[in-house]
Amino acid sequence: MTPVEQKETAMQYVDEFRDPALAKSLLKQIARVAAQISRPANRPLQIMEVCGGHTHAIFRYGIEQLLPPNIELVHGPGCPVCVLPMGRVDDCIAIAEQPDLILATFGDAMRVPGSKKSLLQAKAEGCDIRIVYSPMDALELARQNPLKRVVFFGLGFETTMPSTALTLLQAEQEGLSNFYLFSNHITIIPTLRAMLEEPDMSIDGFLGPGHVSMVIGEAPYDFIASEFNRPLVISGFEPLDMLQSLLMVLQQISRGEARIENQYRRIVNSAGNDPAQRAVEAVFELREHFEWRGLGSIDHSGVRIRERFARFDAEREFALPNQSIVDPAECQCGEVLKGQLKPVNCRLFGKTCTPDKPMGALMVSSEGACAAYFKYGAPQLIATAGGEG
Amino acid sequence: MCLGVPGQIIEILDPQLNTALIAVSGVRRQVNLTCVITEGVQPSALVGSWVLVHVGFAMSLIDEDEANKTLQLLAELDELKDALQPLQ
Amino acid sequence: MNKPETGFKADTITLAHGSGGRAMRDLIEGVFVEIFDNFQLSSLEDQARIILSDLQSCGDRLAFTTDSYVVDPIEFPGGNIGTLAVNGTLNDLAVSGARPLYLSCSMIIEEGLELDQLKRIVCSMKQAADAANMQIVTGDTKVVPRGKADKLFINTSGLGVIPAGINPQASGCRPGDKILVNGFIGDHGATILNARGELALDVELESDCQPLHELVECLLHVCPEVHAMRDATRGGLAAVLNEFAEQSKVSVKLWESAIPLRPEVRGVCEILGLDPLHFANEGKLVAVVPAEAAASVLKAMQAHPAGRDAAMIGEVQADAVGRVFIETGFGGTRILDTLNGEQLPRIC
Repeated sequence: MTPVEQKETAMQYVDEFRDPALAKSLLKQIARVAAQISRPANRPLQIMEVCGGHTHAIFRYGIEQLLPPNIELVHGPGCPVCVLPMGRVDDCIAIAEQPDLILATFGDAMRVPGSKKSLLQAKAEGCDIRIVYSPMDALELARQNPLKRVVFFGLGFETTMPSTALTLLQAEQEGLSNFYLFSNHITIIPTLRAMLEEPDMSIDGFLGPGHVSMVIGEAPYDFIASEFNRPLVISGFEPLDMLQSLLMVLQQISRGEARIENQYRRIVNSAGNDPAQRAVEAVFELREHFEWRGLGSIDHSGVRIRERFARFDAEREFALPNQSIVDPAECQCGEVLKGQLKPVNCRLFGKTCTPDKPMGALMVSSEGACAAYFKYGAPQLIATAGGEG
Repeated sequence: MCLGVPGQIIEILDPQLNTALIAVSGVRRQVNLTCVITEGVQPSALVGSWVLVHVGFAMSLIDEDEANKTLQLLAELDELKDALQPLQ
Repeated sequence: MNKPETGFKADTITLAHGSGGRAMRDLIEGVFVEIFDNFQLSSLEDQARIILSDLQSCGDRLAFTTDSYVVDPIEFPGGNIGTLAVNGTLNDLAVSGARPLYLSCSMIIEEGLELDQLKRIVCSMKQAADAANMQIVTGDTKVVPRGKADKLFINTSGLGVIPAGINPQASGCRPGDKILVNGFIGDHGATILNARGELALDVELESDCQPLHELVECLLHVCPEVHAMRDATRGGLAAVLNEFAEQSKVSVKLWESAIPLRPEVRGVCEILGLDPLHFANEGKLVAVVPAEAAASVLKAMQAHPAGRDAAMIGEVQADAVGRVFIETGFGGTRILDTLNGEQLPRIC
């Protein structure tokens, strides 16, 4: 008996990139090209998907276990929630605990542990914390609550920066005096460089973050090819996008090439998005350094609000503890991030470190490699227990 | 790291604020169009266009030609697979 | 919803209505007794008295269940907290195969609740109970100061009788069994999320809140030996199937593309990064039936209005891992786990 197929609830620009038949032929090509690449024994090709959205999709669609065994996907640092250091969460809670204040945040941040508690716990203790879909919704809260201070917890990479920048510009235009931004925005390029500069860096190629790229364009990745001789293919987020990008990376490796390519042309313009870049440039400036959970401090990897917008800056408005809290010594997130260790081989995985009580960065959000392994299952487990049928 | 979803612009709400209504699979939501408006183009010209939406902002106009090219390439790969099979 | 005129006059509920004095008596007699309208309540005793021989004629076991209902907002498209409180408890009885018979209704009211709203809710409870031939035979009312509850909490307990020979159990799934669901998944969860308005989405969706006892009757008629049956409320389809897999010591395989999902629910999930399989349902059941009976059960379900969009969504496999696997429409496989807490919207 075959499953009953429901009538398709098609979504344009989504469903056509989830076609299982096309995926099969892509997988065949991937296997063919991967087989042509000569490798030392026991050393699979390591391809890093930089972006947490890719990590999520890889697990959501069960892509990893469809790949030939000589390809290993390494789940990169592109999850802004995972890499948020505990000290910044503590700062955010210190803000939320002020009287007559509403803290607005994306839902992702609610469970990220600080040194003592998460925002979810702070909310349970009485803080007024609201989950919003857009920073513009936080601005609306400020309009509706003129007697309260409304602070937006700004999180995310270059994709999200323009939206908070534009929200701040809007707040300025309206002359709102009760709206603040707590900027924890980070930028991926310096972190990629820092990882590539590590002496034991073993990644053979990269899937580039599609939605970051639609803002910054292709050029910022050039150094990966020119200085480090690794290919990078900017990839979309549907399963066919990712398989096609993977094939493009493998084709480059098999030909001994290292170039920056763009698979996601329907969304990513090679120069990026000009209005978005201008908004970011107007509002933000690079910090000297910013701390990443699991990776430590990285130069020029975060942005703060420019002097001109000081009156909207939560860091200037509130006296923050601003403490750096070191990750637990037992955590091996750094090694997992660099592809030297699989999540399941971490000594804490599933024992003292679970999505309920995460110890390390990668267990924090469902985009973190460890949380994804825990939630959706390591490929080996699926292959042995549920793959057939 | 950044959830983005394709939506279609169905109505301009406020041309001054660059706000519009988009539809995603029967769900409507207000979004900001600033990042997809080029100088000299009226927002109203964008009604019917598809955009990639992230946190309430249209971040990119979806290029239908490029989408079709990608799908075309995938279809060619698929045919190539059949051509290769007898050799394997 | 029609709003019968009652003799009780007051605009809002105050603490006096829970004080045990005259105001409380007015509320109970003027609203609950009048609207629920049955002799058990009208006799104003402290308990309902149920005739045993009537019960015995329906089957050989009592089914007894209780549930408390808290929902924000208390009225939403497709229902309200009252219809939930009746249908939810009714469905908990029905999925045992029981014929649902009696309900209790206990309300905790926050002072300041508008009387009209309370009456609307009580009326819809009466309608829901009538539709299932159930009687609300005993109850209680408390009023708490403002801020000590959120408008209205309702507890209902339900009593039903299970016919001899019917015994679906969460531990009853056997390898080879097929898994059926009676329609679209996630409507209630998506409706409530949308009705709260915090995420500023605009979508036409209704809760699937509905009674399932008739559907269960149709199903049992063609397959009395149904192995497992649950309504997929909080925690959604994911929670029910994980319970089945764990308790039956089997694994469950779902076909993602076979799971009925409305485009609007899918849209909400794509925008907010949520999984519809974790959304609550208030009128959906999961039935696990022997493979040879699956086609006829599916047909019987589809013939009933509450099962019109029923589908076969998966099967039981022998691996004793107690897990649920989803074969994605795309060809891969992943684990479907239960949630650790509330599902939160995400941007990344």
